[in-house]
Amino acid sequence: MRAFTWSMVMANRLALTGGLILAFFAVAALFAPWLAPRDPYEIVPASMLATPGAEHWLGADQLGRDLFSRMMYGARISFHVGLVAVGIALTAGTLLGVAAGYLGGWVDAVISRIVDTLFSIPDILLALAVMAVLGPDLTNVMLAIGIVYTPIFARIARGSTLEVKQRLFIEAARSIGSTHATIVFRHILPAISAPLMIQASLSFAFAILAEAALSFLGFGVEPDTPSWGILLNQGKDLMDRAWWLAVFPGLAITLAVFSFNVVGDGLRDALDPRVVKGT
Amino acid sequence: MTQPLLDIRNLSVGFVRDGMTHLAVQAVSLSVGRGEIVGLVGESGCGKSLTAKAVMGLIGRKPGQVAGGDIRFEGRNLLEATDREIQALRGHRIAMIFQDPMTSLNPVFTIGNQIAEVPRIHEGAPANEAWATAVSALEQVGIAEASTRARQVPFEFSGGMRQRAVIAMGLAGHPDLLLADEPTTALDVTVQAQILDLLKQLRDRTGCGILLITHDLGVVAETCDRVAVMYAGRIVEEASVKELFARPRHPYTDGLFRAVPTLERTGRLEPIPGQPPDLDSIPAQGCPFRDRCPLAESQCADTMPPLVGCNNHRVACWKREVGS
Repeated sequence: MRAFTWSMVMANRLALTGGLILAFFAVAALFAPWLAPRDPYEIVPASMLATPGAEHWLGADQLGRDLFSRMMYGARISFHVGLVAVGIALTAGTLLGVAAGYLGGWVDAVISRIVDTLFSIPDILLALAVMAVLGPDLTNVMLAIGIVYTPIFARIARGSTLEVKQRLFIEAARSIGSTHATIVFRHILPAISAPLMIQASLSFAFAILAEAALSFLGFGVEPDTPSWGILLNQGKDLMDRAWWLAVFPGLAITLAVFSFNVVGDGLRDALDPRVVKGT
Repeated sequence: MTQPLLDIRNLSVGFVRDGMTHLAVQAVSLSVGRGEIVGLVGESGCGKSLTAKAVMGLIGRKPGQVAGGDIRFEGRNLLEATDREIQALRGHRIAMIFQDPMTSLNPVFTIGNQIAEVPRIHEGAPANEAWATAVSALEQVGIAEASTRARQVPFEFSGGMRQRAVIAMGLAGHPDLLLADEPTTALDVTVQAQILDLLKQLRDRTGCGILLITHDLGVVAETCDRVAVMYAGRIVEEASVKELFARPRHPYTDGLFRAVPTLERTGRLEPIPGQPPDLDSIPAQGCPFRDRCPLAESQCADTMPPLVGCNNHRVACWKREVGS
């Protein structure tokens, strides 16, 4: 069954391209300390605002720091933020959604109202509010983004649980004496995992964007940290003199978001039976 | 008389809709003894499956709920048992076989894995023992190369084999009472005969009691010892199979037999005129069958006839009391 899905992902050229780009970013992020041509914090006065070339592949900033190396380290931070934030949102959202869908009644009413409330607040405003309370720090950025994306997962998990709960094999499981925990973990979670995974891949893109946005607005990580958002933010001030400082981080964000989106779409085509094949 | 294995008394099950309770099962009394196969027949929507689900404790949450009566299993009232107690009985002492084998198995787990769940839950059996139980349960229901088959997932099984797998799941806990909800409806006739044979063998070997829910009188004739006929949520006639087939008393039962094609009878079949009432249009008083009944009189509209007669044959009809 797994090979089957994999072959379908392979058949989707666009998703495959996205996957390769992500793999490239992932390698860059993982092995940055070994692969980066220079120390991202090393200040080289001679290279101040150096143009892209042999010396500095993507140029250097106003302190002569190598942009390529900084972006490799930035990939670490961006992907780390994405992974942890989506992990938080996925875990919390699934927990809330399954509880609401499976238990129903007042539990469902309470959780659904909270989720609706969170939904009604614009994403970035909510994240800003959380950051304002928690203070700027990398962990808090991940937490804030995680909270912002929790309602999406909660809603998907609830809807899927409601649907799966009605299937006869759940009733059959109850009739052989399965406990609620067994039913949830063995029967419901595997059955609702596909839509959640698809959403996770899409949210990953948004999380990278959100980190960039928060950093851009000055609410994110320490200004010294080379996250993609911060690089873009700092680069924009020098746009007229050193276009590369804004363009390359922006391009990296765009590419990563694009890749996560096409991979998410590819996953949906492969996993979601409701999507007609070939469209 | 010894205590029956399952004793349902005056069971009513209702649905709450728009603040009104509509009774889908009304004052049903039925018993199943050890080693006995009792048939429960009736048309779709007459409350057969609901009765079985009430026994399993599978209803009780809204919108369906038990509105009254007793369900006694070995003398113990299941309706008063806690969730935990019911959970311990389900699959272990009381098992249910579902109507649709295509959807009552989880498509992503192997057959063996799903059957092994039963001994794992109820006996705390370690994985390898549970697996052995699952394989032997599959062997018992006549699946060849059971140890290989157990490793397959449901879509690799044919319809008949899935139904066998579902039965094997029921057997794995060595139940005393088996509720079989139309176990052969989804199958073709030859497989149906095999499955019914299997149920009878099972009864002979283990002495369990079986409540067989069906709409097929042929299945009843072949398999059951006793049979209860349900109409619009009520039991209208109950008798031993021989007695019922020889002397159907209730006009509804009579009508059912007339609508079954036989080799001797030629010409058109006689359908029962009209339709069974909807859940919300079951008359509050009187006999629910009166609008379709050729014998109906004014008395039938006033009071529901009680189910009366001797042990061998009871019928709920003013016009056709046993012995009249």
